[in-house]
Amino acid sequence: MIEVIGLNKTFGNKHVLQGIDFTINKGMCNLVIGQSGSGKSVFLKSVVGLHPVDQGQILYDGRDLTKLKHNQLKALRKEIGMVFQGGALFNSSTVEENIKYPMDVFTKWSKKEKQDRIDFCLDRVNIQNSNHLYPSEISGGMQKRVAIARAIALNPKYLFFDEPNSGLDPVTAIVIDDLIQEITKEFNITTMVITHDMNSVMEIGENIMFVYQGNKWWEGNKSMIFKTDNTELNNFVFASDLFKAIKTQVS
Amino acid sequence: MKLLFHIGQFGILMKRVFSKPDNHKVLFRNMLKEMDKLGLGSISIIMIITFFMGAVVAIQTALNLESPFVPDKIVGFTTRDSIILEFSSTVTAVILAGIIGSNISSEIGNMRISEQLDAMEIMGVNSAGSIILPKILALFIMMPFLVIIAMVVGISGGFFATLSVDSVSVQNYIEGLQWDFMPYKVFYSLIKSNVFAIIITSVSSYHGFFVKGGALEVGKASTRGVIYSIILILMANLFITYLMLT
Ligand SMILES: Nc1ncnc2c1ncn2[C@@H]1O[C@H](COP(=O)(O)OP(=O)(O)OP(=O)(O)O)[C@@H](O)[C@H]1O
Ligand SMILES: [Mg+2]
Repeated sequence: MIEVIGLNKTFGNKHVLQGIDFTINKGMCNLVIGQSGSGKSVFLKSVVGLHPVDQGQILYDGRDLTKLKHNQLKALRKEIGMVFQGGALFNSSTVEENIKYPMDVFTKWSKKEKQDRIDFCLDRVNIQNSNHLYPSEISGGMQKRVAIARAIALNPKYLFFDEPNSGLDPVTAIVIDDLIQEITKEFNITTMVITHDMNSVMEIGENIMFVYQGNKWWEGNKSMIFKTDNTELNNFVFASDLFKAIKTQVS
Repeated sequence: MKLLFHIGQFGILMKRVFSKPDNHKVLFRNMLKEMDKLGLGSISIIMIITFFMGAVVAIQTALNLESPFVPDKIVGFTTRDSIILEFSSTVTAVILAGIIGSNISSEIGNMRISEQLDAMEIMGVNSAGSIILPKILALFIMMPFLVIIAMVVGISGGFFATLSVDSVSVQNYIEGLQWDFMPYKVFYSLIKSNVFAIIITSVSSYHGFFVKGGALEVGKASTRGVIYSIILILMANLFITYLMLT
């Protein structure tokens, strides 16, 4: 479980996050949704420690990320896996080397142990026979899956996804969403997913925070999201004709 | 004001680059890779350029100095000194700033915008150190060798040129090469080349590392990186020349 308490983040005089409280639960997919520019990515990067925060606590099962000492932070980092928006695979390394990278950084495993783990991770995300290809030689959906394999390489306790299905077709997007959910349940991980895709919300939204202009505007789950009378959330959820149609159908 | 900001930011980056490396073995391996890419990869272009420059310098000296008062060996002498003092190090560095510099800043800039650098940071890896340091060390080590190659090839370029010019004999050219030779000048040029190597790699890395935006910005950053590298190379050249030759 990760508890975010009173998170504030400014860039210069731009107050991007204005005191966000959010609990990211274990063993489920916690979603952060909101319009482009609302501060979702900044929130994620603050939570994982890529942006220093101005104010607030980020408690990883009680350990406050903002106050950890160097080696404590290193230990925590080992427990964190992250999938970036574009996958962020290392271009100059093969699929296999990408997954091996965190093992090289954090472990003293033998060659054999590393290879076994690589095979397990690739198998888990359903990739075969691509170990020695470079990221530029595989499709976008596969890149995302390799990025997931890299993120789970060290059995993380915490997993983060920044718009995992942006740039993917609807079918592949659902494959990725389901994979995220399966992995979360299977390994009992604390997972946070940033998205602005309503399909993902419907697929995996167990605990959802809606961010509006740097504030937590609403919190709930996917069945509550249609019944809300929150104007901004309504505008977001029912932006597309598809969801407008669903709403009229339901009511 | 902006300049001060950049100097400060550059300083912070270099502090991270030269902080204690996480893993010496990986650093060494990456350095060898970069030595191959940045150093060996540049040999052919340097040879081509310096060969022609050496030839041109020899011919022009020969044409301009056809006077009975000037000894014939002046051609070999002038070619040798201009190659050793400037062409082999400064001109080579300016050309490499264009070739290697833009390559470095676009590589690092792409890693920035595709969040590969963030992916390293999140694993606690010092991205600046593990990406930039091998490049700086690699070119620092390789640059003197490149310069020595440039000297040899440039002087041979002059040699072949004298074969086609009537006024200078091969004999004269070779005599000129040996006339009043000061090894210190070679040393001066090699020291310069080390400084230029650091400028090229660090300045272009800096411009790539802080890219914000997309592919367009990466392109702009690499152009900026080349321009600043060249300006700094020429300034450093002047400075070192004052220091070492006057
Ligand atoms: N490094 C930075 N420096 C200054 N401002 C920034 C920085 N990163 C983000 N911002 C600003 O913070 C605000 C929120 O950006 P953020 O990237 O979090 O949006 P987002 O919700 O992730 O949008 P999208 O859905 O488009 O990814 C934006 O106004 C952005 O300009
Ligand atoms: Mg974003």
